[in-house]
Amino acid sequence: MTPLIETKGLTKAFGLMPVLRKLEFTVERGEFVALLGHNGSGKSTLMRMLCGLSKPTAGTIRVGGWELPNEADAVRSQIGVVSHKTLLYDTLTARENLRFFASLYNTPIDDAKINAALTRVGLGKRGDDLVRGFSRGMQQRLSIARALLHSPDVLIFDEPYTGLDQDGSIALDGLLKDAHSAGHTILMATHDLDRAAALATRAVILSRGVIGVDMPLEGVSGSQLAEAYRRVTGVAAGG
Amino acid sequence: MKTTPFFKAVMAIVRKDLQAEMRGRELVGAMGIFALLSILIFSFALELDREARTEVISGVLWVTVIFSSILGLNRSLAMERDQGNLDALLLAPIGRGAVYVGKLIGNYIFTLAISAILLPVMSALYSVSLFDPFVLLTLLLGVLGFTTVGTLLATMTVQTRAREALLPIVMMPVALPIILAAVRASTGALSGSAQGDWIGWVQILGALDAIFVVMCFFLFPFVVEE
Repeated sequence: MTPLIETKGLTKAFGLMPVLRKLEFTVERGEFVALLGHNGSGKSTLMRMLCGLSKPTAGTIRVGGWELPNEADAVRSQIGVVSHKTLLYDTLTARENLRFFASLYNTPIDDAKINAALTRVGLGKRGDDLVRGFSRGMQQRLSIARALLHSPDVLIFDEPYTGLDQDGSIALDGLLKDAHSAGHTILMATHDLDRAAALATRAVILSRGVIGVDMPLEGVSGSQLAEAYRRVTGVAAGG
Repeated sequence: MKTTPFFKAVMAIVRKDLQAEMRGRELVGAMGIFALLSILIFSFALELDREARTEVISGVLWVTVIFSSILGLNRSLAMERDQGNLDALLLAPIGRGAVYVGKLIGNYIFTLAISAILLPVMSALYSVSLFDPFVLLTLLLGVLGFTTVGTLLATMTVQTRAREALLPIVMMPVALPIILAAVRASTGALSGSAQGDWIGWVQILGALDAIFVVMCFFLFPFVVEE
């Protein structure tokens, strides 16, 4: 079966500085892949390239059979992105934000669908409130509702736990589990190894622009993953 | 594949900008206050007779419109930058051109709104009626040209730290032909001289607008792509 995401010889350099080196990487439909690595290992660069926000220096990327950057619009319609930034307009209400993004994705939407999307992320009663009045956790939940609006095949999370308190992180855990159970393929960059071990089905650890370890996570504990991380990167998690 | 039609995406962006502005009034509020203060200062600074006022009013109008427009452009694009919203627009299955045209129309409407406030106030302060059809046409064309260049350049400068200071520095040289044509055309229209003496400037302004709109539309993807 063709992988949902596939990169071949993917290389990205900024000037003379290579960030990713000939990366061979696949994600099968339905997987939940945790992308790990220290700061500067190339996680965010890889994420940006998979979304079509950045062009590779060399190599190819295919998502759902479509190739980047030539078929970028087709790829974008299959991807939902949640980043450490909210990607929301704080002078609009939650409902207005969802309606706006639905228009951008050419997704028919009515009040019932918006209410259902808001209820799914626990914001059913806050639809008419301005986003600027939301806590960081609420904004991140709304961000997930936004990313799910067009029913994308792939969900990309770039350090979604940044700035979340304990309650917010737990709520996000639940939403990630729900999205994975609903059949979405998930790729999540994170520094939180315990969460990666608990949620993901596979871990890919990047170091100096190459894949150091690509391992299934079934039966793997956070400490075992941390040990693999230390072996590959030479530093403890979070370093 | 669900690619969003061009005009649907444009209208969604325009509607969003208007909705955000109606709610926050951050853009037009700041632009309006700046513009009104500017013309008041000019009015006090230039104590002129009627003839001299007719000669300078067009310059005062354009200086005020241009600087308040720069203020608005900075804020309009900063709104897209703050929470990574520009990335959110670029992540959608819409052409980069639709993002540009959507932002351009929004900025054009806001600057025209400020101009609409300025015209009666300036007419009263300077005792010179600015409600001349050719002055209005020049204003429509000049503001279009200026916001066309400004939307593109503000998208570039908003990604830098010194964005507030950088935009006028990079924008003025590029927009100079538009400003020159707009000032000459409106001065001619207000001076009462023969139409043949200045109508050429209106035509030049129209041609410049067409060139800049096409050029900026095609350059925008290069500005937002890495």
